[in-house]
Amino acid sequence: MYCDRCGLAAAEGDHAACVTARQLEPPRYCADCRRRMKVQVVPTGWTATCVEHGERRG
Amino acid sequence: MPKILDRARARVLDDGAGLDEAGILEVLQLPDEDLPELLQLAHEVRMKWCGPEVEVEGIVSLKTGGCPEDCHFCSQSGLFASPVRAVWLDIPSLVEAAKQTAATGATEFCIVAAVRGPDKRLMDQMRAGVQAIKEAVDIQVAASLGMLTQEQVDELAEMGVHRYNHNLETCRSYFPNVVTTHSWEERWSTLTMVRESGMEVCCGGILGMGETLEQRAEFAAQLAELDPHEVPLNFLSPRPGTPFGDRPVVEGRDALRAIAAFRLAMPRTILRYAGGREITLGDLGTRDGLLGGINAMIVGNYLTTLGRSATADLELLKDLKMPVKSLSATF
Ligand code: SF4
Ligand SMILES: [Zn+2]
Ligand SMILES: [Zn+2]
Repeated sequence: MYCDRCGLAAAEGDHAACVTARQLEPPRYCADCRRRMKVQVVPTGWTATCVEHGERRG
Repeated sequence: MPKILDRARARVLDDGAGLDEAGILEVLQLPDEDLPELLQLAHEVRMKWCGPEVEVEGIVSLKTGGCPEDCHFCSQSGLFASPVRAVWLDIPSLVEAAKQTAATGATEFCIVAAVRGPDKRLMDQMRAGVQAIKEAVDIQVAASLGMLTQEQVDELAEMGVHRYNHNLETCRSYFPNVVTTHSWEERWSTLTMVRESGMEVCCGGILGMGETLEQRAEFAAQLAELDPHEVPLNFLSPRPGTPFGDRPVVEGRDALRAIAAFRLAMPRTILRYAGGREITLGDLGTRDGLLGGINAMIVGNYLTTLGRSATADLELLKDLKMPVKSLSATF
């Protein structure tokens, strides 16, 4: 599993800053495979798509 | 009261003339203990010359990422190792975003593209998008598509785009530290063409990119010279992978001083909260800025980052007894 903000292994290192930043950012990396996702932000939400693992929404 | 505030009261509040560059600098240099008085004056200026209404806007990215330019703050430049990937928004999603924006009571919807300037594909997409929005939603459409040719200016005006955003981003003397792939003068020339077309000019920038207070004052004075209809004020939100990714965020008090100073430089402009206010000012500071010169805001999310919920902002306006500007008031 990977950090969806910085793309590094979630179990390694400190991602506290990533977690805080994610309150004001959509995810950029797929948590399953760490591919960069295609992310579309709209005024009321976002969608993030990994070619392999599909779409996430927020 | 500090002398500069006496002078500002007479010149800006009473006569409606903006402070000059030296005066703006003096305001930016005021000590913290004078901040409440400064904000109060800026608020009075805004109330007298603009009124209590707040203009609410939503923005959306039509084309995200992959930009060939190198603006050092921007996660959408294709020249940096930013995690933002290139993506286009389809027309139905664009219309849906406009609908959601209108549902908040917003009167402005700005369509933005990460480009140096539009190509034919983007202009075609704009034409289709603006038409589809106008058929489905009661909202004014603005655009921000980078540097334009005269033909593109004319085309956008003819499509019914009522306001065009093109930020100078920072003052002329600091601009080469921020962008090297085009010049401040090139941006200025697009703004001149937009002005002459009859579209409203929206031009602002980002504070906290390493400019000095002198340069912040220079920027406000240069904007005042341009005299835009609207000035969006951003505070740097350092983006991972960009050259400015490790810069510190602007201190809340410095941001508030800047808001008041920009208001005293441009008493009649629409001074809009844009990106970065969440991290720089937080909830309390957001309120202070609305009581210190701000009279417009972007609600909801930004282009690649997220904002506070529109509901929280609208409740704040209600609390402050500041009515949201209605569509009928904008004609
Ligand atoms: S021109 Fe716009 S999208 Fe491109 S790098 Fe500069 S700010 Fe970003
Ligand atoms: Zn992380
Ligand atoms: Zn994946």
